[in-house]
Amino acid sequence: MEFTLKTFIFYGFALMTVASALLVVTVRNIVHAAFSLMVTLFGVAGLYVFLQADFLAATQVIVYVGGILVLILFGVMMTSGRLEMRIHIERGQLLLGGAVALALFMLLLTVIANTPLWKNRIDDGIALPPTTEKIGKLILNGPFLLPFEVVSVLLLVALIGAALISRKEVRD
Amino acid sequence: MTLQHYLVISAILFTLGIFAVLTRRNAISILMGIELILNSCNLNFAAFSRFMTPADISGQIIAIFGIVLAAAEAAVFLAIILAIYREFGSIRPNEVDTLKG
Repeated sequence: MEFTLKTFIFYGFALMTVASALLVVTVRNIVHAAFSLMVTLFGVAGLYVFLQADFLAATQVIVYVGGILVLILFGVMMTSGRLEMRIHIERGQLLLGGAVALALFMLLLTVIANTPLWKNRIDDGIALPPTTEKIGKLILNGPFLLPFEVVSVLLLVALIGAALISRKEVRD
Repeated sequence: MTLQHYLVISAILFTLGIFAVLTRRNAISILMGIELILNSCNLNFAAFSRFMTPADISGQIIAIFGIVLAAAEAAVFLAIILAIYREFGSIRPNEVDTLKG
């Protein structure tokens, strides 16, 4: 494989994603873990751009970085006193969890390397048109209309439920 | 870049997420692990959509639904964490054991 600027940027994003995800699961301070998660989410958004999924990349940045990460930081602020900031890990669990994760990773790598249908699928480099218009038509005027409505009702129900669970109980 | 590049990155993210869920003893760290798993899943959808059916972008729409579900899940998860913190004064999963026999 020739080494062009494109592959260089791709490996940059891949390294950024993997290294910061490693920090998320190893670092002891929970605020540092949350900020590493932000870098991971940006890296995944960059990989979406490489897959020519422009709308998906924008959604990833807006919803994950702008929404979910802020929620997580709020959760950290509201539940962790100074003592809770450091994450407690038990040694036996670390070994067992590491073994399970490693076995799972080996299994996934074997499947990825040996499935004939997935080999020789090379990025042809053809620039596709922007996907936003297509996605809008498929969701609002196509086969995804019903799933879209169902998922919007689900989101409404989840948010009402979250507000109900987290408010203070009124005793009288 | 081949499809397998993306699948390997996604497998690494998935494994790290599983590792975080199994070993961390803090509910918010477990939530971060779950977010890593969901991200690897969405990355797989987008990669398969790009490489297997380049003209059809249904895989990307499924990934968008995945992001919406992740947002709903994070909201409910944090609401439950807040309720648990108010009740038990801690968010370590080991210490929430009222139902334990």
